[in-house]
Amino acid sequence: MTTEVGSASEVKKESDQLGADGTKEKPKEVAENQQNQSSDLEEEKDSQSSPSAKSQSSPRRQKRQKDPSESRGISRFIPPWLKKQKSYNLVAIKDGGDKKEPTPAVVEEQVLDKEESLPEEERQATGDAEEAAPRKQQVMNIDIEEEKPSVSSPEIQPAEEVRKEREEEKVKEIQEDKSEETAKRETKEVQTNELNVEKAVQKATKKTKSVECKVTLLDGTEYTCDLEKRAKGQVLFDKVCEHLNLLEKDYFGLSFQESPEQKNWLDPAKQIKRQLRNLPWLFTFNVKFYPPDPSQLTEDITRYFLCLQLRQDIASGRLPCSFVTHALLGSYTLQAELGDYDPEEHASHDLSDFQFAPSQTKELEEKVVELHKTHRGLSPAQADSQFLENAKRLSMYGVDLHHAKDSEGVDIKLGVCANGLLIYKDRLRINRFAWPKILKISYKRSNFYIKVRPAEQEQFESTIGFKLPNHRAAKRLWKVCVEHHTFYRLVSPEQPPKAKFLTLGSKFRYSGRTQAQTRQASTLIDRPAPHFERTSSKRASRILDGALVAVVDQSLMKDSSGPGELLAYGRGVVSTAIVQDGDGRRDIRSPTKAPHVHLIEGKAKMEEEETQLEEKNSLRVEGDNIYVRHSNLMLEDLDKAQEDILRHQASISELKRNFMESTPEPRPNEWEKRRITPLSLQMQGSSHETLNVVEEKKQAEVGKDERVITEEMNGKELSPGSGPGDIRKVEPLTQKDSASLSSESSSSSESEEEEMGLYRPRNLLPEEEEEEEEEEVEEEPSQASQVVEREAAVPEASPGRHAGASVSAVETVTQEHVVAPKIPTEKSVHEGAFKQDVSEDTEDEQHKVNGEVSHVDIDVLPQIICCSEPPVVKTEMVTISDASQRTEISTKEVPIVQTETKTITYESPQIDGGAAGDSGTLLTAQTITSDSVSTTTTTHITKTIKGGISETRIEKRIVITGDTDIDHDQALAQAIREAREQHPDMSVTRVVVHKETELDEGEE
Amino acid sequence: MGTPGEGLGRCSHALIRGVPESLASGEGAGAGLPALDLAKAQREHGVLGGKLRQRLGLQLLELPPEESLPLGPLLGDTAVIQGDTALIARPWSPARRPEVDGVRQALQDLGLRIVEMGDENATLDGTDVLFTGREFFVGLSKWTNHRGAEIVADTFRDFAVSTVPVSGPCHLRSLCGMGGPRTVVAGSSDAAQKAVRAMAALTDHPYASLTLPDDAAADCLFLRPGLPGAPPFLLHRGGGDLPNSQEALQKLSDVTLVPVSCSELEKAGAGLSSLCLVLSTRPHS
Repeated sequence: MTTEVGSASEVKKESDQLGADGTKEKPKEVAENQQNQSSDLEEEKDSQSSPSAKSQSSPRRQKRQKDPSESRGISRFIPPWLKKQKSYNLVAIKDGGDKKEPTPAVVEEQVLDKEESLPEEERQATGDAEEAAPRKQQVMNIDIEEEKPSVSSPEIQPAEEVRKEREEEKVKEIQEDKSEETAKRETKEVQTNELNVEKAVQKATKKTKSVECKVTLLDGTEYTCDLEKRAKGQVLFDKVCEHLNLLEKDYFGLSFQESPEQKNWLDPAKQIKRQLRNLPWLFTFNVKFYPPDPSQLTEDITRYFLCLQLRQDIASGRLPCSFVTHALLGSYTLQAELGDYDPEEHASHDLSDFQFAPSQTKELEEKVVELHKTHRGLSPAQADSQFLENAKRLSMYGVDLHHAKDSEGVDIKLGVCANGLLIYKDRLRINRFAWPKILKISYKRSNFYIKVRPAEQEQFESTIGFKLPNHRAAKRLWKVCVEHHTFYRLVSPEQPPKAKFLTLGSKFRYSGRTQAQTRQASTLIDRPAPHFERTSSKRASRILDGALVAVVDQSLMKDSSGPGELLAYGRGVVSTAIVQDGDGRRDIRSPTKAPHVHLIEGKAKMEEEETQLEEKNSLRVEGDNIYVRHSNLMLEDLDKAQEDILRHQASISELKRNFMESTPEPRPNEWEKRRITPLSLQMQGSSHETLNVVEEKKQAEVGKDERVITEEMNGKELSPGSGPGDIRKVEPLTQKDSASLSSESSSSSESEEEEMGLYRPRNLLPEEEEEEEEEEVEEEPSQASQVVEREAAVPEASPGRHAGASVSAVETVTQEHVVAPKIPTEKSVHEGAFKQDVSEDTEDEQHKVNGEVSHVDIDVLPQIICCSEPPVVKTEMVTISDASQRTEISTKEVPIVQTETKTITYESPQIDGGAAGDSGTLLTAQTITSDSVSTTTTTHITKTIKGGISETRIEKRIVITGDTDIDHDQALAQAIREAREQHPDMSVTRVVVHKETELDEGEE
Repeated sequence: MGTPGEGLGRCSHALIRGVPESLASGEGAGAGLPALDLAKAQREHGVLGGKLRQRLGLQLLELPPEESLPLGPLLGDTAVIQGDTALIARPWSPARRPEVDGVRQALQDLGLRIVEMGDENATLDGTDVLFTGREFFVGLSKWTNHRGAEIVADTFRDFAVSTVPVSGPCHLRSLCGMGGPRTVVAGSSDAAQKAVRAMAALTDHPYASLTLPDDAAADCLFLRPGLPGAPPFLLHRGGGDLPNSQEALQKLSDVTLVPVSCSELEKAGAGLSSLCLVLSTRPHS
C-alpha cells in the first residue's frame, strides 16, 4: 500500500470516528437502523456467529439491505448490484476503512462481508473481524433477547470468497490508482475495475500463487522456500523443522521482526500473510520455550539448536553472564565445535570468529582457551550438554523481558518465564508472580493486568496493572504469558473461548503442545540419532552463503483448492478470504479477514489488526464461558476512567507486601527428612493411597494417538464429562451491558474492546475439571506445575503440596475416554494401597513421569475411592474418531454416545479402615505414567510418615481402551500380577475396577 | 558454576580484623553504641578466630585493629564475595567507608577480582546481602539502597538478585542465614519472618526454612572448608550465648555444628556474618 493512501485514510478514519462518537447509538438501536454502522457490525457478528444465530439474523439483514438482490450477490454470479457495493466498499475503505464508516454505503459493504463470511469458514470477513467479533456476539445476544426477526440466507462460500478477494483487489487498485483523487472519482474507477477484477478472480480461483519465504536459522544460514500465499504459520514451521531434521520442535518457533525492537512470534494457527501484513516474508527460527532442563530433551540435535540459540542470547547480551561463565560456556563451545584442544590446530583458529560475550576481550579469549584444555575427551554432544547445564542456571535463562512501567510510572521490566512472571527494576528482581499465584491475565490498550490470588491473610484478589509502551506491546506480552503458562504449566492446551456467548477481547490461546505433551511425544521418537554438522554461526554463514536451496512444496499448493486467490505482487498486500481446509476447527483458528480490513490496518491501525485476528478465534468452539464471566468483570473495570484503573493498581511495593505471604515450593526431601518446618507446605485434602489400575485398550490405536487426540480435543468443546467445568452461564443482563458498551465505543472506543484480551489460567487436567467449576482455577494448576517440576527434578520424588481430589478416579477415566477416540469399553481397576516401610524405589519402574496429578495423602484412608461414584453411571460421551467426524462436531452436532459405567471395588481385608484422624506427614509423592500401545499406566506414589512409621503407598491406574472383545478379567489379573511383580515387597490392598461400556454401539 | 547450591560456603580462607579499643569507648563511628566490655569482646573475637582456624581448618588472615575504625572488626559489611569476585561495598555510614581499604587490599592479595561500587548514590552494607548458593537477596535496609543492590546484580550476573525490604534497624543477615544449601534459617521476629516470606515469593528455588527463637541465632555461617565433598560446618551461636536456638539448630542434620558466642560484640551490632569474611582462592576447582 502506498503511504500516501495510508495517511489519507487515517485522516478520514479519524473524522469518521468523530462522527461515530457523536452518534453513539446503542447497539440495539443501531440494529434496527439499517444504515447505521453498528447495524453493519451486528450483521457481521451474526454471520460470524453460530449457524443458528445466522439464520435468525439473516432476515434482518435482508431488511437492512435495501437491495434484496444482495442475497443473490452472494452467489457466484456477480449481479449488477455487486458493482454498486464494491464502489461502496471503496468509499468505505478510503474513508478510513475503520469499519466505522458512517455512510450508508459503507454499511452495505459490511453487510456483504457478513454474508460472505460464513460461520463454517470461520473467517470474519471484515477487517475488523477480530475486533468486531466480540461486538458481533454481543449484538447477537441482544437480538435474541429482543426477538427480532432475523433471516439467514444461504450463501455459497466459494463465491463469497471470490468476492472478497475481488474486493480486496479493488481496494488495492483503488488505493494505488487514485491516492490523490476525489472520492467520487475513485468510486467510479473502482466500478470500472470491478468487471476486470471479477474475471480475474474467477480465473485465479483455479490457480494458487506462492510466496518466497526466507528463514534465518540458528546457525546463521538462510532457508528459502516457496509457500502458498495463504499458508498458515504451521506450514512454514513444519517445513523448517523438516529441513532441520528436528523432531522436538515444540520448543521452537518462527519470529518476524515488526520493528528493530519488536519481534513477534508467528502464530502457527493463522495465516502467515495476515500476521505479516506488509512486512516481507522474512523469519527467524528461534527457541520459543526454553526447556528448564535441557538434559531431558531426547535428541542431541535438539540440544544443539538450543545451544545455538543460547550462544546468540549470550553474544547479544540478552542472557547476562559473569566473566567466568562467559569463559566456561565459550570453552564448551570450542570443545563442541573444534574438538579437543590442539595447540597446533588452535593456532589456525581465530577465536574472534567466535563470539563468547557481548564484548569480547583478549582476557576472555585466553580464559576460554585455558578452560578448553580441560575438556579433553568430551564429545560434541557432551560438550553441548555441559554448556546447557551451565547455561540453564543463569538467572535470565529463558526469561523473555518486556519493558513496562509500574503504576507509579517507574521503568520496570516484566520477565515471562517457565515459572511465572518476574518483575525487574534495572537488573534487580523486585517481584515475582508464580503462575499458581496468577488468576487472570488481561490487557487493555497499552495496559497489562494480572489478577493475583489473595495472600494468606488477605481476602481479596488484587489486580496489578502495568503500562506497556503501546497496545501492541501489551498484547504481545499478554500472548507470551498465555503461551508460557500453557506450555509449562498445563498438561494440555487450553480450550479457546467459545464464540457462542458474549466475550470480549482476544480469544488467543496457545494451540501447540505443552511441555508435558512434547515430552511425552519425545519418548516416542524412534530413530537413530540424526547426523548433523556443528558449525559456529559466523563461519557457517561464510561457508554456506548462497548454497541454499529453495524448496517449493507442491502439495501445499494443491492444498489450497479453494476459490481462486488473487495475487497482487508488487501492488501491496492482498488478503485472501479463503478458508483452506474443511475442518471446521482449523478454520476457526485461522479466520480470514476481509480485504479492506487489511488495507486499513496496513495503513493506520496496525495494532488493531492483530487484535482482530485474534478475536477471530472466538469463533472456535462454544461452551466455554469462563472467559465471559471475567470479561464482564473486566468490562466494569475498563469502563472506569483510566485513572481509576491506575488507582486500582497496586504499587510495586504493595505487591511485595502481598508476596510476603506467598509460599515457596516445597522440596520435601530436604526438609521433611530433617523435620524442619517448611515455609509452608500445603498439604490439603486427603487422598487415597491406593493403587489404581485402570486399563484402557484402544482399538488399534497407539498411545501416541491418545495424546494427539487429547490435544485436538482441547481445541474443541466436547464431552459432557468435561462440560460442567467449562460451562458458564452468561447472564442476559451482562450481555446487554457489554453490548451497549460496545455500541458506545463505536468509533474511538470501538477498538478498545478489541484491544483487550483476557486469559484466565486453567488447568485441563482431567481430574481437576470438576473443581474448576468452582472457580478454584488456580488450585489445580499448582498441581500441574508440580508435576512438571517434578519431571525436571530429581527422580527422587517431590511431594505435591496439594492433594488432588482423590475421588476423581472415576471421572478421570470417563474424561479420558472422551478424549480417546472410539472407546467402546473402558475398564479401570483400582488397586488398593500397598503398604510398606519407607524407602521404596519406584524409579526402577520404566514408567515415565508425565504430567498427571499427584495425589498427596496425609490421611491414609485406603477406603473407597471410587465408591463415591454410583456403580452405574450413564454418561454422555462424545466420541471422535477422526477428522471428518470432528468437523461435524465442531459445527453443531455433538454425537452422543451412551455409556455405562461400572465400578467394582475389591478391598483387601488387611486394610484397616483407617483412622481418619491419623495425620501422617507427607514425605514424597510422585506420579509416574507410562503409555504402552494399548494401555496407560499411571502410578501415584505417596510416602507418608504416620506416627513415626513411614509408609509408601502406590496407586496405580491402568486404563485399557478397547472394544468389547477385551477379556476384562484377564486384563485385571494381568494388571494385578504386574503390580505384584513390580513391587514384590508390597501387598495389594485394594483393587477397584471401573468399567465403562458404550451402550450405543450403533454409531460405529 | 557447579551444581546449584554446591558453591555455598566453599572456602579456604577467612578474614577477620582485630577489635580496637575505640570500639568500647564509644568514640568515632561507634558513638551511641552501648558501652561494652572490651576485654570480653576481644576474647570472643579471639575465640572466633581460633575456631575458624583450628576447628574449620581455614587459613586465617587477621587484619590489625585500627583505632580510627572502631567498627573495623565488622568487615562483613565491607565486601560481598562470591566465587572469585569481591564486590567492595560502600557502607552507608561515611565514617565506615575507610574500613574498606584494608579489606580491599587483603582480598586483592588473595587473588580475587575486585569490583568497586563506583557510584556516589549507592550504599551497600555487605551484611545486607544473603547468598544462598543459587541466588542473591539484598535487603533494602536502613543501610542499603536500591542502587547498591543494583550493583550487586551487575556484579554477579549469573545469579538472580532480588531485593527484600527489611524493616527495623537490622541488616538482612542479622535476620536470616543459610543453614544448608537449601535451607534458610530465620529468626522468629516479625521482621525476620517477613523477610523470609518475601524471599520465598521471589525465588525460583525451593528452600526449606528453619525458624529459630532468636533472630541473632539466624546469623549463622554455613561453611565448607577444604576440598569439595568435605563435610560442611555450621558456625552458629546457638550453643553459647543463645541457647534457646540450640535445639532448633540441631534439626540441621547434615552439618557439623560449631558453636561460638559473640554476645559482647553484638552490642556493637556485630554478628557472625559481619565478623568474618570467608572466601575460596580456588572457587572453580
